[in-house]
Amino acid sequence: MILFDQVSKVYRGAARPALSNVSLDVQPGEFVFIVGSSGSGKSSLLRLVLKEERPNSGSVHVLGQDLRRIPARKVPIFRRSLGVVFQDFRLLPQKTVFDNVAFTLQVIGKSQGYIHEAVPDVLQTVGLAAKADSYPHELSGGEQQRVAIARAAVNKPAIMLADEPTGNLDPATSAGIMNVLSRINASGTTVLMATHDAGIVNQMQRRVIEISQGRIVRDERQGGYQTSAIPLGEMDTAPTPVQSDDKPTPINKNADASVDPDEVPSSFPWELRA
Amino acid sequence: MRLGFILREVATGLSRNASMVVSIILVTFISLTFVGTAVLLQAQIQQMRSYWFDRAQVAVYLCTDYSTLGGCDQQAATADQIETVESQLNSPALSPYIQRYEFEDREMAYANFQEQFAGSAVVDLVSPEFLPETFWVSLVDPTQTDLIFEAMAGISGVESVVDQRSYLDQIFALLNAGSLTAMAVAGLMLVAAALLISTTIRLSAFSRRRELGIMRLVGASNRFIQTPFILEGIVAALAGAVLASGAVWAIVHYFVRGYLVEALPTTVFIGYDQAYQAMPVLIGTGVVLAALASWASISRYLRV
Repeated sequence: MILFDQVSKVYRGAARPALSNVSLDVQPGEFVFIVGSSGSGKSSLLRLVLKEERPNSGSVHVLGQDLRRIPARKVPIFRRSLGVVFQDFRLLPQKTVFDNVAFTLQVIGKSQGYIHEAVPDVLQTVGLAAKADSYPHELSGGEQQRVAIARAAVNKPAIMLADEPTGNLDPATSAGIMNVLSRINASGTTVLMATHDAGIVNQMQRRVIEISQGRIVRDERQGGYQTSAIPLGEMDTAPTPVQSDDKPTPINKNADASVDPDEVPSSFPWELRA
Repeated sequence: MRLGFILREVATGLSRNASMVVSIILVTFISLTFVGTAVLLQAQIQQMRSYWFDRAQVAVYLCTDYSTLGGCDQQAATADQIETVESQLNSPALSPYIQRYEFEDREMAYANFQEQFAGSAVVDLVSPEFLPETFWVSLVDPTQTDLIFEAMAGISGVESVVDQRSYLDQIFALLNAGSLTAMAVAGLMLVAAALLISTTIRLSAFSRRRELGIMRLVGASNRFIQTPFILEGIVAALAGAVLASGAVWAIVHYFVRGYLVEALPTTVFIGYDQAYQAMPVLIGTGVVLAALASWASISRYLRV
């Protein structure tokens, strides 16, 4: 379904690769979490599946097609079999829920009759049948994300890519979103979801692929967000807190207006001054 | 369905960028009016040239008692000399190239002169003996004037040989310069119009970047995404081209037909046919320019 073979991706001007020598194989109908800290390469991986980027080396096969061999004018056709959901929903604010979902079908040339059949159907699936005529600003964040999922799912894609779909939502709402995604997965759609949400990953117990600094460091059939198999310090790329013997700089109660607040005092450790 | 969708998109795009669209219309209107003027001037040149092509003659002026030029020595051409010239024109070397010729004596020349300059004071100053006797020669091919020049060179009694077309060439050169100037201005204005169109389309694309992003994501074909933007540019430029066509018609109607024809009754002028022939050129130029400019602009925006 999705096959990465020794894939490396270096963005122009970047010092280190966003992905290096990534190989993975996702079977039809799987539900896969991609975890890892910010900047680890999760989004790059999804963008490669979508053919938004081309790899510097290695090959990406999606739905049995070698993405290198798809000519630019065929890319739109290829993307019709993929659905994508983002953290920031990306709904069209001047269109109703129905029209937002229908837009997908309109722009790929589906008939009005088909649209009036498929859109209510998918809104039913995500539990928004009653809100078809609402505008995005009238909906809660969770409802907006359901609209986005409906939009991604309305064309019955073989693969759904979700880039931190619960990143802006509270835990209870996130659980609802995960139910919707599970339902879509159960109907046969392969789901690839990049996330930071440890609670969800631990609860769902699905396949987990962990990426750190552009490399796959873990691929577990039924995993949690973290595992003790890998030492924390190695997989965590977050900067370690600066250790300093200096006393913390006190905040002046009587602020000196002549001093630029952005000017960092030379007493600060150099890491913070940069 | 798709057509309706595309047309709706065009309408929203045009109304959202109303001020830019108005400026496209004005700039294309003005630039294409210059193109139209250049086309009309060329048509006028063509008209005059074909009118004069047949009528232009070579004049073989003979000596008068007052002429000192050429083979003259202040002595009017004698009957013998006139006969020599005529026999030259009838000679087998020249006659195949000559359609016809006629001899104009002093009295005829004087009558023509009086008619041509009627009402002018110069008529009173001229008497028949100042005017030369002339052979007016029409050639089969009006460009072969060299033959006459060569044949008449050195014949005594001939003052000069003049090709009438040399007078016309000056007028044509003037009109040509005007036409080229109009073309140059039109060219610059068209560049400005093309840049304006591409900027407008980029603005239009930017204001719809959310829709564009989603269209690309869900697999709308590039042609489907581009078409509304290209149509947007074409519609605006078309409006300008139609206005320019109206301006061209107005130039012919009010200026050429309404004024010039009466002011200069002896000259041939272009009519409405030439204006109607210029219109498709203007509309075609406007549409092609707009299509290319907006296509280039939106393609850069959509590059994967």
